[in-house]
Amino acid sequence: MYNFELVRPTTIADAASALGHEGAQALGGGQTLLPTMKQRLASPETLVSLTAITEMQGVCMSDDGHLCIGGATPHALVAREAVAHYPALAGLASHIGDPAVRNRGTIGGSLANNDPSACYPSAALGSGAVIITNTRKIAADDYFQGMFTTALNEGEIITEVRFPIPEKANYQKFEQPASRFALVGVFVAKYADGVRVAVTGASEEGVFRWTEAEAALSKSFTADALNGLTLPADGMIGDLHGSKAYRAHLVGVMTKRAVAAAA
Amino acid sequence: MPKDHGIGASPKRREDLRFLTGNGNYTDDINLYGQAYVHFLRSDVAHGRLNKVDTSAAADMPGVVRIFTGDDFAGVGGIPCGWQVTDKHGQPMQEPAHPVLAQGKVRHVGDPIAAIVAETYEQARDAAEAIVLDIEELPAVIDMKAAVKDGAPKVHDDLTSNLCYDWGFVEENKAATDEAFKNAAHVTSLELVNNRLVANPMEPRVAVGDYNRSTDESTLYTTSQNPHVIRLLMGAFVLGIPEHKLRVVAPDVGGGFGTKIFHYAEEAFCTFAARQIKRPVKWTSSRSEAFMSDAHGRDHVSKIELALDKDNNFIALRTETYANMGAYLSTFAPSVPTWLHGTLMAGNYRTPLVYVNVKAVFTNTVPVDAYRGAGRPEATYQLERVIDKAARELGVDPIKLRRQNFITQFPYQTPVAVVYDTGNYVATMDKLEEIADFSGFAARRKASEAKGKLRGLGVNCYIEACGIAPSNLVGQLGARAGLYESATVRVNATGSISVMTGSHSHGQGHETAFPQVIAEMLGIDESMIEIVHGDTAKGPMGMGTYGSRSLAVGGSAMVRATEKIINKAKKIAAHLMEASDADIEIKDGKFHVAGTDKSVAWGDVTLAAYVPHNYPLEDIEPGLEETAFYDPSNFTYPSGAYACEVELDPDTGRVTIERFSAADDFGNIINPMIVSGQVHGGIGQGIGQALLEGAVYDDNGQLLTGSYMDYAMPRAADVPFYAVDHSCVTPCTHNPLGVKGCGEAGAIGSPPSVVNAVIDALHSAGKTHITHIDMPLSPNRVWAAMNA
Repeated sequence: MYNFELVRPTTIADAASALGHEGAQALGGGQTLLPTMKQRLASPETLVSLTAITEMQGVCMSDDGHLCIGGATPHALVAREAVAHYPALAGLASHIGDPAVRNRGTIGGSLANNDPSACYPSAALGSGAVIITNTRKIAADDYFQGMFTTALNEGEIITEVRFPIPEKANYQKFEQPASRFALVGVFVAKYADGVRVAVTGASEEGVFRWTEAEAALSKSFTADALNGLTLPADGMIGDLHGSKAYRAHLVGVMTKRAVAAAA
Repeated sequence: MPKDHGIGASPKRREDLRFLTGNGNYTDDINLYGQAYVHFLRSDVAHGRLNKVDTSAAADMPGVVRIFTGDDFAGVGGIPCGWQVTDKHGQPMQEPAHPVLAQGKVRHVGDPIAAIVAETYEQARDAAEAIVLDIEELPAVIDMKAAVKDGAPKVHDDLTSNLCYDWGFVEENKAATDEAFKNAAHVTSLELVNNRLVANPMEPRVAVGDYNRSTDESTLYTTSQNPHVIRLLMGAFVLGIPEHKLRVVAPDVGGGFGTKIFHYAEEAFCTFAARQIKRPVKWTSSRSEAFMSDAHGRDHVSKIELALDKDNNFIALRTETYANMGAYLSTFAPSVPTWLHGTLMAGNYRTPLVYVNVKAVFTNTVPVDAYRGAGRPEATYQLERVIDKAARELGVDPIKLRRQNFITQFPYQTPVAVVYDTGNYVATMDKLEEIADFSGFAARRKASEAKGKLRGLGVNCYIEACGIAPSNLVGQLGARAGLYESATVRVNATGSISVMTGSHSHGQGHETAFPQVIAEMLGIDESMIEIVHGDTAKGPMGMGTYGSRSLAVGGSAMVRATEKIINKAKKIAAHLMEASDADIEIKDGKFHVAGTDKSVAWGDVTLAAYVPHNYPLEDIEPGLEETAFYDPSNFTYPSGAYACEVELDPDTGRVTIERFSAADDFGNIINPMIVSGQVHGGIGQGIGQALLEGAVYDDNGQLLTGSYMDYAMPRAADVPFYAVDHSCVTPCTHNPLGVKGCGEAGAIGSPPSVVNAVIDALHSAGKTHITHIDMPLSPNRVWAAMNA
């Protein structure tokens, strides 16, 4: 690890100001950034920790029925406090990494990093969540722009994520055997105006919506409705742990399982 | 009622208190006054000509003490190999030089090029980035069969090829074996890969070198399974330091699994550099470094053929194996695919003719050497897979086929040199059938199928040769070391005992189990006995711990030394009681005169030995300390039968282990709890190999599985609760405790039954065209096989 400065602002405004300086980098729970720095693959001059900002912490329900999660809220807290409001999301949060990861890693950090194998992007996209930053609101459909790429500008901070509550939802993760990240993860959510299906882990373009499955499930929210639907292997990630064809196949299997398990 | 002390009892492991409360004293816990830190700049290409290493800018970086390169080791020996294999033509193996730091060429990713010694570790890393390398990249050889083709790039320019040796065993059997195949009623053949593994002990390797200018003595603190061996190899072959000026300490060691047997360049470097800069030098491996510098395990590509007669008797066995040596010969690498592998190829069966051919190959990969089981898992895997395949081809029950061919008469001379002294393979198979509940399998399969899953049952037997072994025999086989063990039993004046053993405990529980033996012999409390190990300054020359040898060889040395203690103590007791020493009996910590009520306490006798006021000085010397060296007359041969039940998700190819049962014959047992723990750990590693682990290089020699992001280690949730039994006991006939060894059995015995179970599951669903899937049986591989 190279030397760096650490600042811990207590307000969003101070954090935004600190991030305005050259070489500054936001630090959420550090579950990706710190290992990268230890390997000397990243060398920020200043880390701006977001975890001391109380207004970015916690889980609550808004008056209009959205689940609001502060950007610096760790997964373990979401797992505990969202369970009554959005059990599928709480379930997803409770299976990210291990207890140490869940107590440090944050939802804002995960969404800002947009790892193609991370769990949270599928929940945000699958729920049609709104990503709220210190400067604007971004619809999930506009937010994810490919592997490790998002709509965030330099220095922009995810302060909150708002999830509309679905009628039914479920997340199915097939773990990569080594990292236990999602080799394929599928988030299915049924809303009054239709079904959303978001897939993580599988595509070279990062998290994506499987629109054919959404159309079929919007007509009939049953696993059988997916019969005959397949994804092309082309464009899928192929590596040691799963070929392109295998990942494409798993998307179908996990989607069916998510529909069958949705509650 | 189970015993609560002595042999056969299961006291909790006394060492666990310090391990589990953070009070262990591991090598990284050792920090010496004035110590500097070394960082190794390692090659990031698999094969290249090292034209220039420019350290001039780096040398001026803050905190840099000194930078070493291969040139600094021009007058120093290389890392030696401890075993010479003779090929099938009677010629010695090709043995390349192995410099401490690369000279002229780099030969694998991770090959150390320069060593930067600085005031802090981070300063050393900073300086490493300022070193300018001129490396002309050369084509890498990774695939073994490609490496031995004509015209393949050579890993070592001064060798004739990449073939280390071509070994035939037993060469005299070859013609008869080939002939038997011609006359066979049925031949089953199978090609398989024994996947390359990274040992991954919880504690990475660490070395601290120290030099005392006053005494001219060097000390190396290191994560080793055998500090005396390191002292001999490093002192005599690398650095030229005589033993009396060199001390090697291996304190608490957090797991070895074989990979901490070997003498490594980093150890030699720290010792050498400390002498050069007159300061202690410390190196702590990162996990990433461990992946590219710890010796890997396994990595065999084999073809095995089994010939049977019309009655399904095994009549001949033939194998051809390519064994990866990596870029250099690690300490015991040549012995693993040969003497630790070929000699086990008969397994538990009466196969009269066996021929084993092994081609050891140099590639541009990390050196490969012994890993838990070392050669024996590779033999067992081939044999037990081909038997299973034969049973399916012949339509006979795989257990029945095994039983029909079991060796039942002992001692048994195998066609592959070794003589099994005892065993009862029928008994362990009977026990397995009982504990694995084979009769309930059909119902369990039905229940799995009702959930949309497939269920399979796989069985295998294993035999291992361990407790290695007779020095005169291994010397004939090419070992450049003896394989005895030593023990000094020092009885102190007030009766407590320090036992200096040449064995080394790095998780095995010696500190608990060894005192149980001595306490049983003397009738005193185990708490009075302390085991001292891991320091060449404290005990006599010892050979260390590997090959499941500590109790069978080291324990036997301890028994012999304790017998000497008893003999002398009886003389002292006889004198104190004015009786004949022939009449003295030892019981419950007292010396009794047989047939009388006269007795004298253990402590009175030990005190008399050191305060010899009333003492037979004319017959015996004062003091009570004895040393014994024990060299066994044979290997020991633990054996057993294992069963695995898997569930397979046909939609994803994911395999889960639902039940695992192990019936072992380890001979006599000292501490059943520790034995069960060893079996549990071994099976866990075997399941890891079968389902999860595998080191993979790309064609350019980059290690694709260089971290836990891609190298899959087994976790608690990946293994079931095990049913283990070690009540089948045929005591070893040639060591005083009748013990055989249990450390490697689980890792040797488990992979075949896992794979056999997966094949069984697939066949239950009509996928009978799938006769083999190479390990690790990852979901992707199983699904691909099902959908090929």
